[in-house]
Amino acid sequence: MPDESVITDEMRSHLDVESDPITYDVEKGAVVKFAQAIGDTNPLFQDEPAARNGPYGGIVAPPTFLRSLIAGEPKEEFPRPFPNNLDGGSEYEFFEPIRAGDRITVTKAIVDLSERQGRLGTMLFTTAETRYVNQLGQLAATQRTTGISYATPAEEE
Amino acid sequence: MAQLYYEDVNVGDEVTPLPKNASSQQLVKYAGASGDYYQIHYDDGFARNNGLPGIIIHGALKNAFLGQLVTDWMGPEGQLKKLSVSYRQMDLPNDDLVCKGNVTDKRVEDGVGIVECEIALHNGEGKATTPGKAIVALPMRGS
Repeated sequence: MPDESVITDEMRSHLDVESDPITYDVEKGAVVKFAQAIGDTNPLFQDEPAARNGPYGGIVAPPTFLRSLIAGEPKEEFPRPFPNNLDGGSEYEFFEPIRAGDRITVTKAIVDLSERQGRLGTMLFTTAETRYVNQLGQLAATQRTTGISYATPAEEE
Repeated sequence: MAQLYYEDVNVGDEVTPLPKNASSQQLVKYAGASGDYYQIHYDDGFARNNGLPGIIIHGALKNAFLGQLVTDWMGPEGQLKKLSVSYRQMDLPNDDLVCKGNVTDKRVEDGVGIVECEIALHNGEGKATTPGKAIVALPMRGS
């Protein structure tokens, strides 16, 4: 562990502060286009007659379609300590289907900060949670994403 | 599409592999469909100026491939409950990728058949660049 933490009180003040909500209409055409873009031919995601006879009674979105419902910018920009940033990973939990025609309200907040020494030097791990709430007020899904901020060795000199 | 039932799944079973090969055109389509317009995914000069070997596949597109691996396998009556992935290594367009998985656990929770899988996207050299985990609920026969 480093003697001095890169995590500052200013960074901690961003924890659990939600972005302003943005509400999206889940348009059928956007769902179909997303399915086509990822190369997924599942009829539930793009074939209206087939999907109508399926378990959801119509087209639903592929799981990671939620990625296209982008959350608003944070109220204040998070003070990243290092110039380089990597997308570390993603964890979705799904509670309700996302149907074409739904209205989904998206908010995002940083929920955890941690640091570690690794091959990229000191790395700051920022975990954010995005929440997707449908027009019935149901939490339809969450996505946790981990960003990794690091200094390259050259810039540490 | 074939339906998978809880009773027919055993720990150790293979998830039906899903081959993928992302062209530069697919990366552009994904940029448009997802709204992720970061230039490292379609502008070769920009990517090289950022220390990359060239354009790279969106992590979220690999995540989508792994989602399809699971939704194809579980069938229309299956429900994806959880999907997690770690981006361990970048992947390049025009590489022969394969999404694979194995069943690691099955149990009945509150009358629902829950199945857990380890999943990963492998590159053309067979390396798991993007490992993850999926949890699905499968229908039971006769219910």
